[in-house]
Amino acid sequence: MTIKTMLARTIAAALCLATLPAFAQETGDPGPAYVQQSLAGKKVVLIPLALGFDLAQGWNHYIGSEVRGFGGVWETRDPNWDTAAGAQAITDLISSADKPAAILVHTPDLTSYSKLFKRAQDAGIFVIQVDNRSNFASDAFVGSNWETLGELEAKAAVAACGDGSSKKIGLIQGDQVNSSSLDQYAGIAKVLKDHPDYEIVGAPDSNWDVTTARNVATTLLQQHPEVCAVIDFWDNTAAGTAAAIRDAGLTGKVKLVTTGGGEELDCKALEDGTFHAVVMTDVKGQSRDISALLKFLLQSGLKPGQAKSWIYTLETATTKADLKPGTCWNLKDVQAAEAALAK
Amino acid sequence: MSVLKSGTLSQERIVFLFAIVLFAAYAVLLDGFLAPNNLMAILRSVSVLGILAVGMGIVVVGRGIDLSMVAVMAMATAWQLAMINAGTSPFLATVIVFAGVVAVGIINGLLIAYAEVPAVFATLATASFVFGLVRSRFIVQDAVPVPPSASFILEFGQARLAHMPIEVVMFAIAAFLSFLVLRFTKFGRYVYYMGDNYQAARTMGIPVRPMIIGQYVVSALVAWLAGLITAAGLQSINTRVVNSTLLYDVILVVVIGGIGLSGGKGGMRNVVIGALLIGIMLNGMTILDLPNIYQNLIKATILLVALVIDSRLNPRDEQVGQQGDI
Repeated sequence: MTIKTMLARTIAAALCLATLPAFAQETGDPGPAYVQQSLAGKKVVLIPLALGFDLAQGWNHYIGSEVRGFGGVWETRDPNWDTAAGAQAITDLISSADKPAAILVHTPDLTSYSKLFKRAQDAGIFVIQVDNRSNFASDAFVGSNWETLGELEAKAAVAACGDGSSKKIGLIQGDQVNSSSLDQYAGIAKVLKDHPDYEIVGAPDSNWDVTTARNVATTLLQQHPEVCAVIDFWDNTAAGTAAAIRDAGLTGKVKLVTTGGGEELDCKALEDGTFHAVVMTDVKGQSRDISALLKFLLQSGLKPGQAKSWIYTLETATTKADLKPGTCWNLKDVQAAEAALAK
Repeated sequence: MSVLKSGTLSQERIVFLFAIVLFAAYAVLLDGFLAPNNLMAILRSVSVLGILAVGMGIVVVGRGIDLSMVAVMAMATAWQLAMINAGTSPFLATVIVFAGVVAVGIINGLLIAYAEVPAVFATLATASFVFGLVRSRFIVQDAVPVPPSASFILEFGQARLAHMPIEVVMFAIAAFLSFLVLRFTKFGRYVYYMGDNYQAARTMGIPVRPMIIGQYVVSALVAWLAGLITAAGLQSINTRVVNSTLLYDVILVVVIGGIGLSGGKGGMRNVVIGALLIGIMLNGMTILDLPNIYQNLIKATILLVALVIDSRLNPRDEQVGQQGDI
C-alpha cells in the first residue's frame, strides 16, 4: 500500500466519521436510533374474535412480548365472538385521541369490517388481518392459506383411509360465511377431484359449536357408519365429533382429521388417538411474522393503504408419528407468563 | 279457529300430530332414519335441550321466564371444572358452585318478586352478570376441559342404563320428577294458580313471593345439571354456548310444546313432545344435509307459527292486560 492511498483512505474515513450524527459515534450503527425513533411508544392493538381461545391467547403473548420489547404499547380488545362489539372497538380506536399505529384484526367474515378497515387506513392506521381473510385487501394478511390447509387435510384423510377402505369421507364444516370454512371446503374439493373414487357422504355445519358438531356427526356416522375419515374444520368442534365417534363405537375405525392452533391439547389428542391428524397453525412462527411485519411497516415510511401483502403461515399436517417434545405450545405457560406480567 | 277453541285440537295435539307426520315422512323418505341407533341419537341430541326446557317449563307455567339458564348452565359448570383443574377437591368445588347457583336463583327471584322487575329484564341482566363475572374472574379461556381428577364425570358420561345413554335417562328422570312435583305437590299446584292469576293467588294467601324465588332456584339448579351432563359427554364445557341460539331453542321447545307464555297451562308432557319434535326435525334436516342457515330459518318459522297459534288459543284477555305479561 502506497503512502498516497493510505493517506486517501485515512481522509475518507475521517470524512465519514464527521458526517455521522453524534449519537451514532460509539458503534457506528444507525439502526438502534432509527428503530427507537420509529417504534418507541407506537401503539398496537389486537382485536381477535375473542380473547378466550388458544390462538388469540398465543398471539397476545408472543406478539405482545415483541411489541413491548421494542418499546411499543400493546393493547387488546375482546369482542367475545360478537361482530358488532368488534366493529365498535375498531370504530373507537379510529376516533380515539391516542390513535394506534397499527391494528391486528381477526375478521369474523368476508365483509363486515371492510369499510372500517378503509376508514382506519385513511386515519393513518396500518391494518393487518390475522388468520381469517376478508374481501378487503388491507396492508397485510398474515395467516393460513385456508385452501392449502384444506388440501392438506384432504390429503391426510385420503392417506388415513388407504386403498382398501370405503373411500367415504364426512365433513363437519364451520358455517357458510367465514372464509376459513369456505376456503377449507374448496381445498378439500380440489384434492378429491384428483381422487375421483373418494366421495363426500355428508357435510353438515357445526356453526362452530361443539354440541352441534356432536349431534350432526352422530347423525352422519349413523347414516354412513362405513366412512373411513371425518374432517372437522376446527379442533374445538372436533371434540364434539370425537365424542360422536366414541359413542358410535367407531374409535380407530373412523379417522378424525382437523385443524387448530397447535396447542398442547392437539398433541394430547394425537397421542391418545382421538385425532388422527391435525393441520397445525404454527402460532409462534405466525406471531414472529406479524412482529417482523409491524417492525417493517412502522419503519418503512409507507403510508397505510400504500402496499399490500399476504404472508401465509407454513402449515403441516401432523400425525402421531410426527410428535416430538415441543411440537405443541402450552397455553398454561403462556397464561402464567401473562399473569406474571399483570402483577 | 272454532275447532281449536272447542278444545278437540289443542296446540299440544297439533304439535304431536305434526311430530308423528314428520316422523312418518322421514321414515319413508330417509334411509336409516328408523334405525334404532338413529332413534337413540335423536333422543340423545335433545336431552340437554329437554332438561333445560324442564326448568324453563316450570318457570313459564308460573308466568315467568328465565333467560339466565344457558349462562348458568355453562358458567357454573366451567367454574366448577376450573376449580377442580386448579386443585380444589371435586367435592368442595361442587359445594361452592351449588351455593353460587342457588344464589343466582335467589337473586333472580328477589328481583322479580320483591323489586318487581319484569322477569325478562331481571334474568337477562343476571345472565350477563353471571357470564361476565365467571368469564373474567374465575376462568381464563372459553373451553374448560374435565380434569383427570374428576374422572367420575367422564365415567358418568359414558354410563348406560338399559342401553340408554345417561343424557336420555337424566332427561327422563328430570321430566318425571317435575311432573310429579307439578301435579301432586302443594308447590306444584301453587305454581299453576300463580301462573293463571297472580293477584287471585296472592289474595288466596299463597306465599307468591317465596314461591317465585323457589321457581328460579329450581330452574338455576336444573340448568347446572344440564351443564354437567354436557361436560360429561363432551369431556369439556365451552362457554361460547352462551352466545349460541340454545336459549331460543329452549323457549322454542316450551312454546311449541304448548306451555302458553301467559302461564298457568301445560306441563311436562308438553316439554317432552316439544323436544321430540325439535329432535326429529333437526335430525331429518341433518340427514338431508341442509345447511345450518336453512335449518335456523325453518326453526324460526315454526316458532313464529307456534307463537301465533299460542296467542290465538290463549288470547290476551282483560285480566292478562291488567296484570302485565312477560
